Amino acid sequence: MAGSPYARGARDAAFAAFVAFVIALPMVGMRTVDRNLRLTLDFRLVEVASIVVLVFAGRFAMRLVGEGLARLVLPAAIAVVVGGWFADFATQTLKVVAVGGGLVVAATAILAIVKGARSARPVAPSAGPGLAARFAAGFQRSTVLVGIVGVAFAFALPLLPFADRRVLDVATTLLTYIMLGWGLNIVVGLAGLLDLGYVAFYAVGAYAFALLAMSLGLGFWEALPLAAVAGAVSGILLGFPVLRLRGDYFAIVTLGFGEIIRVILLTWVPVTGGPSGIGNIPRPDFFGMAEFVRRPVEGQVAFHQMFGLEFDVLHRLIFLYYLILVLALVVNVVTLRLRKLPLGRAWEALREDDIACTSLGIDRTNVKLAAFAIAATFGAIAGSFFATRQGFISPESFSFIESAIILAIVVLGGMGSQTGVVVATLVVIGLPEVFRDLAEYRMIAFGLGMVLIMLWRPSGLLAHREPTVRLHPAGGPPAETPAAGTAR
Amino acid sequence: MEYFLQQLVNGLTLGAVYGLVAIGYTMVYGIIGMINFAHGEIYMVGAFMSVIFFLLLGMFGLQWVPLQLLFVLFLAMAFTAAYGWTIERIAYRPLRSAPRLAPLISAIGMSILLQNAVQLLQGARPKPLPPIIQGKITLMTRADGFTVSISYLQIIIIVVTVALMAGFTLMIQRTALGRAQRACQQDRKMAELLGVDVDRTISLTFVIGASLAAVAGLMVVLYYGVIDFFIGFVAGIKAFTAAVLGGIGSLPGAMLGGLIIGIIEAMWAGYFKSELGEVAVFSILVLVLIFRPSGLLGRPEIEKV
Repeated sequence: MAGSPYARGARDAAFAAFVAFVIALPMVGMRTVDRNLRLTLDFRLVEVASIVVLVFAGRFAMRLVGEGLARLVLPAAIAVVVGGWFADFATQTLKVVAVGGGLVVAATAILAIVKGARSARPVAPSAGPGLAARFAAGFQRSTVLVGIVGVAFAFALPLLPFADRRVLDVATTLLTYIMLGWGLNIVVGLAGLLDLGYVAFYAVGAYAFALLAMSLGLGFWEALPLAAVAGAVSGILLGFPVLRLRGDYFAIVTLGFGEIIRVILLTWVPVTGGPSGIGNIPRPDFFGMAEFVRRPVEGQVAFHQMFGLEFDVLHRLIFLYYLILVLALVVNVVTLRLRKLPLGRAWEALREDDIACTSLGIDRTNVKLAAFAIAATFGAIAGSFFATRQGFISPESFSFIESAIILAIVVLGGMGSQTGVVVATLVVIGLPEVFRDLAEYRMIAFGLGMVLIMLWRPSGLLAHREPTVRLHPAGGPPAETPAAGTAR
Repeated sequence: MEYFLQQLVNGLTLGAVYGLVAIGYTMVYGIIGMINFAHGEIYMVGAFMSVIFFLLLGMFGLQWVPLQLLFVLFLAMAFTAAYGWTIERIAYRPLRSAPRLAPLISAIGMSILLQNAVQLLQGARPKPLPPIIQGKITLMTRADGFTVSISYLQIIIIVVTVALMAGFTLMIQRTALGRAQRACQQDRKMAELLGVDVDRTISLTFVIGASLAAVAGLMVVLYYGVIDFFIGFVAGIKAFTAAVLGGIGSLPGAMLGGLIIGIIEAMWAGYFKSELGEVAVFSILVLVLIFRPSGLLGRPEIEKV
């Protein structure tokens, strides 16, 4: 293209600004509001103008950095950050965008200067093993160490001074998602099946647990294994018809099953309570010996009396925390062991090339069914835990978005990577929990984060996929290449 | 019998809308082999655009309904197309050579982003719009006074859909763009070698898909008279089901699938519990996929090693 770098940058930025204008004009600039029982429009054109200016400036700056003019851009970006911090904007969001965008531009400018102002466009995802990839590889090599430290920290957490109610709650939620992520990892990461309806098994577990506990009066420790069995059975029942399907068909049918189960829970009112759900689900007790209550029923001891402690509501939370920690670790250990079995190897082989596997005599359907059933069992156990922890379940907790979140955890972590699941859970669930005050923006940030992480690390944060076993240790084909036949 | 006919009319209308959305799914899947999960939200954005432009035109005092409809149709298509283009450019194009799941996750992220952004910007309350086209034609009357009728609106929806489908099929078969699209669908690399601008073709595919979804959005605004930020998800799933049912990658298949889904849903709502309509739709999908995995009009997939 002809012209000076400024002209080129300005042309490019003008186009981006135009697109931003088109996108923002109706959605941002005209707000539909109810007034006197009629829908009318409120205009917010200042915000549209600000968006257009910000997009223009941001794109222009990025282009200039790309053209090797980072030294010029850096002071301007810093000026925008500082100016944006003090200036008044139409809304708080715009301010965040201005300051944040300025920071991003400044950071890329600094990176470009450090790199000797190479002409590569900094926004494009780097193809070679960049810093993050090397970090991921190193992280994976030291997995054992990281794992030991992580588990030790997890066990010590309730004893630490800052572990109050909120910290324990968040940690328990995180562990629930880690457990679900590890469960789904068997299907998605190991067997390579895209399951968009994992939440169905979570729901089956939760409802099976609740119904067993409520109608048969079973305690937590009796209902849990039965709920797990229910999960396994549902996994086999659902898996049987769909596992013959391939690729995206499989994905959409699992999504369908997830929705079907949710709709059934919603409409089968006599059993599931419909939209109002099931309440008063019994809380777990201390291995059938004592309950976590202030005043136990006549003739029984409570947990705090058994150990001669002062009554504290935290006891139950700490117990729940350890419970889910142990459950999650069991899932992890089982998965790690399964990977070494012929079954686990068959999963990984299927993931890489299922036609080759079939020709080598692996029964595709049975092997996949095993993955499905095992993952469903783990999902159901996590669901039981969820039911007993919340004491209340309703179909709302099992919507598609939950499946999407769990799948996002697995994929963002780097499919098949157990530590990746943990890291991704911290990012996907942990960060929004920390910023709970910004509730309105939480889901927006969640969606945006999913997109950005994928753009930055398309195969996951800790993606460094190594087969568990290898025939020729050194020079095998790269594991990242998706098999051509399964890609479409 | 009369009741059945009435449900058939309703189902055809619904099916036309699903078909329009399904085309977006099927085209994108055909050309880059990904489920564009955000497409349902594009349809939702299109519906919002329609409401916004109806209100805007009302403010300018444009009252003549046909002109109003025409303006809203074009504006909604144009502005929604920008969304389709941008999403492809930002969230999918950089991931074209990435592992298969990456664009899907990116698409799910986009879908969540759009849904919540619209909720934040336009509010979570449902948006009602007074009926714009009223009146109907009575087709037959039963002895007890039950009438089978087709409203002008239903006629418009079906006619517009058929017209768009016809134009669209012509475009795919006759124009250079359609040829480029078919070439990309068959072999992207080879098409690129032969001088087809693949990026541009894919962008245009998204633009077309989004504008058709906007038409569907406008239809739904007119038909139901009320929308909210959440309509994209369910409609998206149903439309995708329609695309798969008809054979993904096949345009007539998408339309056929949409019609079947619409009719099933209307019949189910007419004779059974309406809440279980989705269950019926998915059950049919599962059955079709098990017994005819490539859909009704799809070509069977050839396994290559």
